[in-house]
Amino acid sequence: MSLQEKIEQKIADALPCKHLEVINESNKHNVPPGSESHFKVVLVSDAFDDQKLIVRHRQINKILAEELEQGLHALAMHTYTETEWREQQGDAPMSPPCRGGG
Amino acid sequence: MDILETIKEQIEQNTIIIYMKGSPEQPQCGFSAQSTQMLMACGERFAYIDILANPEIRTTLPKYSDWPTFPQLFVEGELIGGCDILTEMYENGELQTLVSEASQRATSPAD
Repeated sequence: MSLQEKIEQKIADALPCKHLEVINESNKHNVPPGSESHFKVVLVSDAFDDQKLIVRHRQINKILAEELEQGLHALAMHTYTETEWREQQGDAPMSPPCRGGG
Repeated sequence: MDILETIKEQIEQNTIIIYMKGSPEQPQCGFSAQSTQMLMACGERFAYIDILANPEIRTTLPKYSDWPTFPQLFVEGELIGGCDILTEMYENGELQTLVSEASQRATSPAD
C-alpha cells in the first residue's frame, strides 16, 4: 500500500469524512522522484464542528503520528466543517513552493 | 543549559516567536517563507529561531509543543499553529489582531 493510501485509510477510519483528499505533493519538493514525503490533506468532517483549527490539526497529527515520525516530512492540512466547505465552494488553498531546505 | 529550558525561555521571553527553516530574509522552506511573509505583513516585531541551524531544538521542540512539523508560531507562550493555520487566520484578519494586541500588551506598562 502506498503511503498516500495509508494516510487516506487511517484518516477515514478515525474520523467521519464528508470529503477527503490526500494529495502527494512530493514532486514539487527537493526530494528524489517517486518520494512520499510531502502531502496535503483536505478534509471535511462533522468532527470539526465547534473546533478551533489547532484542535483539528492536532487530531490529524495524532492519527498520523507514526507516519510523521517515519519520514512523512510535510503535511499541509485544510480542515473544514460542511458549512465552511460550502463557503469555500469546495476549493482548498495551494501549498507554497519549496525553498529547498529540507 | 538544558535544551528544553532554552526553548521554554525563548517562548516565555518573546511575545511573538516563530521556529522556522532558514531566516525571514532567506527562508529554506515554502511553508516557513509564507508564514514569515504574513507575520511581516502584520507589522510587529517578532523573534525567529532557525531550526536548521539548531538541530537540537528541531528534535526537542515537537515533543514540547506536541506539534510535529515546522514552522511553529508562538504568541504569548501559546502555540498558534503552522503555516495552514496562520494562512487561514491571516485571510480572515485574526492573525493581524492577535499579533498587534499581543505586542501592545507587551509594550504597555503592567498595571
